[in-house]
Amino acid sequence: MALSGMRGLSVFISEIRNCQNKEQERLRVDKELGNVRNRFKNEKGLTPYEKKKYVWKMLYIFMLGYDVDFGHMEAVSLISAPKYPEKQVGYLVTSCLLNENHDFLRLAINTVRNDIIGRNETFQCLALTLVGNIGGREFAESLAPDVQKLLISSSCRPLVKKKAALCLLRLFRKNPDVVNVDGWSDRMAQLLDERNLGVLTSSMSLFVSLVSNNHEAYWSCLPKCVKVLERLARNQDVPQEYTYYGIPSPWLQVKTMRALQYFPTIEDPNTRRALFEVLQRVLLGTDVVKNVNKNNASHAVLFEAIALVMHLDAEKEMMSQCVALLGKFIAVREPNIRYLGLENMTRMLMVTDVQEIIKRHQAQIITSLKDPDISIRRRALDLLYAMCDVTNAKDIVEELLQYLGTAEFTMREELALKAAILAEKFAPDLSWYVDVILQLIDKAGDFVSDDIWFRVVQFVTNNEDLQPYAALKAREYIDKPAIHETMMKVSAYLLGEYSHLLARRPGCSPKEIFGIIHEKLPTVSTPTISILLSTYAKILMHSQPPDPELQNQIWAIFSKYETCIDAEIQQRAVEYFALSKKGEALVNILAEMPKFPERESSLIKRAEDTQADTAELSAIKSRAQQQASNALVVTDQQPANDPPQVTQLSMVKIPSINNVENNHVDQEVTQTNGIMGEVEPQNADILGDLLSPLAIEGPPGVSGTETPSEDGALALAPVGEQESAVKPIVDIAELFHALYVKDSGILYEDPYVQIGIKAEWRGHQGRLVLFLGNKTTSSLDSVQAVILPPSHLKLDLSSVPEVIPPRSQVQYPLEVVNLRPSRDVAVLDFSYKFGTNLVENKLRLPAVLNKFFQPVTLSAEEFFPQWRSLAAPPLKLQEVIRGVRPMSLGEMANLLNSLKLIVSPGLDPNANNLVASTTFYSESTKSMLCLVRIETDPADRTQLRMTVASGDPTLTVELKEFIKEQLISIPSASRPPAPQPSTQPISPSDPGALLAGLL
Amino acid sequence: MGIRFVLMVNKQGQTRLAQYYEYLTLEERRTLEGEIVRKCLARNEQQCSFVEHRTYKIVYRRYASLFFLVGVDNEENELAILEFIHLLVETMDRHFGNVCELDIMFHLEKAHFMLEEMVMNGCVVETSKANILAPIQLMDKTS
Repeated sequence: MALSGMRGLSVFISEIRNCQNKEQERLRVDKELGNVRNRFKNEKGLTPYEKKKYVWKMLYIFMLGYDVDFGHMEAVSLISAPKYPEKQVGYLVTSCLLNENHDFLRLAINTVRNDIIGRNETFQCLALTLVGNIGGREFAESLAPDVQKLLISSSCRPLVKKKAALCLLRLFRKNPDVVNVDGWSDRMAQLLDERNLGVLTSSMSLFVSLVSNNHEAYWSCLPKCVKVLERLARNQDVPQEYTYYGIPSPWLQVKTMRALQYFPTIEDPNTRRALFEVLQRVLLGTDVVKNVNKNNASHAVLFEAIALVMHLDAEKEMMSQCVALLGKFIAVREPNIRYLGLENMTRMLMVTDVQEIIKRHQAQIITSLKDPDISIRRRALDLLYAMCDVTNAKDIVEELLQYLGTAEFTMREELALKAAILAEKFAPDLSWYVDVILQLIDKAGDFVSDDIWFRVVQFVTNNEDLQPYAALKAREYIDKPAIHETMMKVSAYLLGEYSHLLARRPGCSPKEIFGIIHEKLPTVSTPTISILLSTYAKILMHSQPPDPELQNQIWAIFSKYETCIDAEIQQRAVEYFALSKKGEALVNILAEMPKFPERESSLIKRAEDTQADTAELSAIKSRAQQQASNALVVTDQQPANDPPQVTQLSMVKIPSINNVENNHVDQEVTQTNGIMGEVEPQNADILGDLLSPLAIEGPPGVSGTETPSEDGALALAPVGEQESAVKPIVDIAELFHALYVKDSGILYEDPYVQIGIKAEWRGHQGRLVLFLGNKTTSSLDSVQAVILPPSHLKLDLSSVPEVIPPRSQVQYPLEVVNLRPSRDVAVLDFSYKFGTNLVENKLRLPAVLNKFFQPVTLSAEEFFPQWRSLAAPPLKLQEVIRGVRPMSLGEMANLLNSLKLIVSPGLDPNANNLVASTTFYSESTKSMLCLVRIETDPADRTQLRMTVASGDPTLTVELKEFIKEQLISIPSASRPPAPQPSTQPISPSDPGALLAGLL
Repeated sequence: MGIRFVLMVNKQGQTRLAQYYEYLTLEERRTLEGEIVRKCLARNEQQCSFVEHRTYKIVYRRYASLFFLVGVDNEENELAILEFIHLLVETMDRHFGNVCELDIMFHLEKAHFMLEEMVMNGCVVETSKANILAPIQLMDKTS
């Protein structure tokens, strides 16, 4: 086979191919490398042909996985060969063997540049390809202008242009400054008009990269992309060479749709319509055909179209079409389509609210979890994880547990973690949660990380109702003949703390519990022995009056381990032994563990933080973000791209407060939870607490015992409960104020509870929903929410359940009817119990006067007759207001507009005045027009004169006072002393009144 | 978004062509190739053409004794890549006439040139077979 005219190369390849094993191959390669190295040593004697042959050998050897650490210079030097074949090899081998950081590459910059700006098109192509593949920053700086020039030159032929586009893409990635956005967007738009599909394909890649970096600069290109899609998908206007199995370049279609996904929305209605026509055509017109290639190509376009529809959040109809299609796909025979159906469903869940529709396919998705193909099982797992919520958590988690038994090792850890997270997040009740985790440990103990069992302990410790149940379960598991070490740890811990709650049950006396645990001691590892010793100490403490036999047994164990080589065990043994001699005092010292402070689940945190080895955990992240935004009520103040707010997740860490009270509050919160001593750093890992020995540190002042380990052992519960108030972590007054102009937001938040509100107003009626969220892992008891309505509001309220389960939210709808104008405010009296603390707050509800306004814009012809007809008090009132918060006229107009008092610019001939109007609704007044005029004094912004008019005297007074409050109040700061109002009837001698009359 | 590598590997796991669009050390390449080849070769016809591995998604297709493996990031359209592989094979077919493993082995440079005309910097440049093959025909003429 004398191929490519390089006989030596063919011979070498044949010989390699004939090698019987890796060792022979290595010997042959070494021999050849020696040969090549020798030949390169006296380079002078080499012809370009020989050089070419040897660098090919080098590339071949490199491809086989052998290091080729010489000859780079020879490869690079071929670039400057005058003839095409040598030059071509030089470029190709250089771009395979070297990377952008190689010094040799720098030597070539000049030659490469000469080829790029030279006249030989084929040389230009070679040079552009090399730079496009391995060009670094230095290339970007020295070559970008030349490459740009080629790309926009009218004389440059397509074969060069398409390479120039991708070359520029590389340079742009290396240094974004090389593309001057201002100048480039028009040129990019021109490039997208290109008829040649090769150039268009690579230009589209360049475009995707540019818009992904900054879409703002490229709005003008958006219609061009739609045009491209119309040309391809609708008009099929492409040369035969670019249709693939009858489909006009599927790659370009896909790429174009991808580019469109970088624009947040499409505003121009014509462009939007045109695009949706194309997308509709794709969604409806893609049929399943026999030819595999055609099928794949058309479905490549279809899946991209679905992604684009999801992104544009198109009309509901198209979205449901997409869900229907995906639902069909996940049940087909063709595995690729099944895989992509599942993948895209998961994506869909992340971008739009389709959870309910996707739940209909739950059975099918669960079936996919048993698919013979691991790729598909992974997608199914991700999807199940993403679609899980309180309603289906039980089903899904139980499926995951079942699957855990048969899953391959590579998936078990992930599976266990996901099951644990779902169980924690969506547990309908806590005993179920405990069941799930224990089952998890039982079935896949090796894959259950410590975090998972620590978390169970935290839950059980914080929920008294759960303790007997957990102890009983632990008792059942520990009876099994061969149990996992992790199970041993968690069971021993739980039994140590809570087995006394089972004492009346058969087989649960302290002695029996001790017996069965101690039986396992010889089989466990050192860290577990430490836990067992703590358990024994606890059992001893709980058996009051002491059983002498048990006592002696345990003492014997302690004294045996007093000489243990492991320092931790030894210390525990010594200390427990000493402590257990203290008799009655033991009960106090080894009292039950206090509640853990609420913290973010480290499990969920880990899931978020993990730079997943594979892409698998990606869904966890996106899901967590999504949940952060779903959590309780979304405040509009959050910028959309804010990092997920951990505090909004159901697991809550100790609040971080950005004010001077920080330490103070922390201290209080910590004490509330019954922990004395140092306040632990906020991020301290609770898990560390569990690993360290049990509470041995005596109360301050009691000397003799040392803190057994340094990393934050939990201290004893203080004897007396500390009385302390739970403080809100937000500024309630400010939030209330913000709700004047918003219909949803946070009303109140403290470390345990968040109250959000959402409202809709129509005429004189409104519907409010309060969201009461329990952020903690224990339930909130004695919840009471009473509304104290003012006389002008009729409030229909449903009752609040007395208990809010852990980490959940209850909704509390309210119907509001406005009877007559009034500025009085409804108050929510909200209280709950956390531990022994009663927390009570009185919160004002934003059912304020302006909520019953409907904006109205009046023309001069409408305004003046009304203004004149409401001529005098009590329908028209005027007041000079002092102490106004200084603001420009524009700011004041914005303030009024935001309160739905719509300013009509230009109605008042005096530019320092504002005229505004609105319609007020109440049962007594029906709809009533209100008119406002504010005359400001440019010399003194702190005072103004306001005239208010309406058809109802009370409304006029209330509205005037309301606006006044808004003008003088300064949110979030202490209010200035109330100004002395000087209401006065308009007298005919008042020049302002005359002016008003003339208006 | 982009293609991160293209591999051609035979049933015995021997690499016949490797082109990377991001820099990996030789050691990293060896490990990566070993891992994904093991994973993909173990799969059967009834399983889908996508395998997730580390941060890569591998789209692969088997032609007789030869596997074509394309590593992409999570943002790629999998089916488009799958058909891109077929386009590559059809292009080789047009040039070699019924392409086989040996053609690629002994014409490594041509296989590289074709791929280079089709993919640059991890992006698809050209999908017209005539245009892809034009420079190679030029080369054949001059040599």
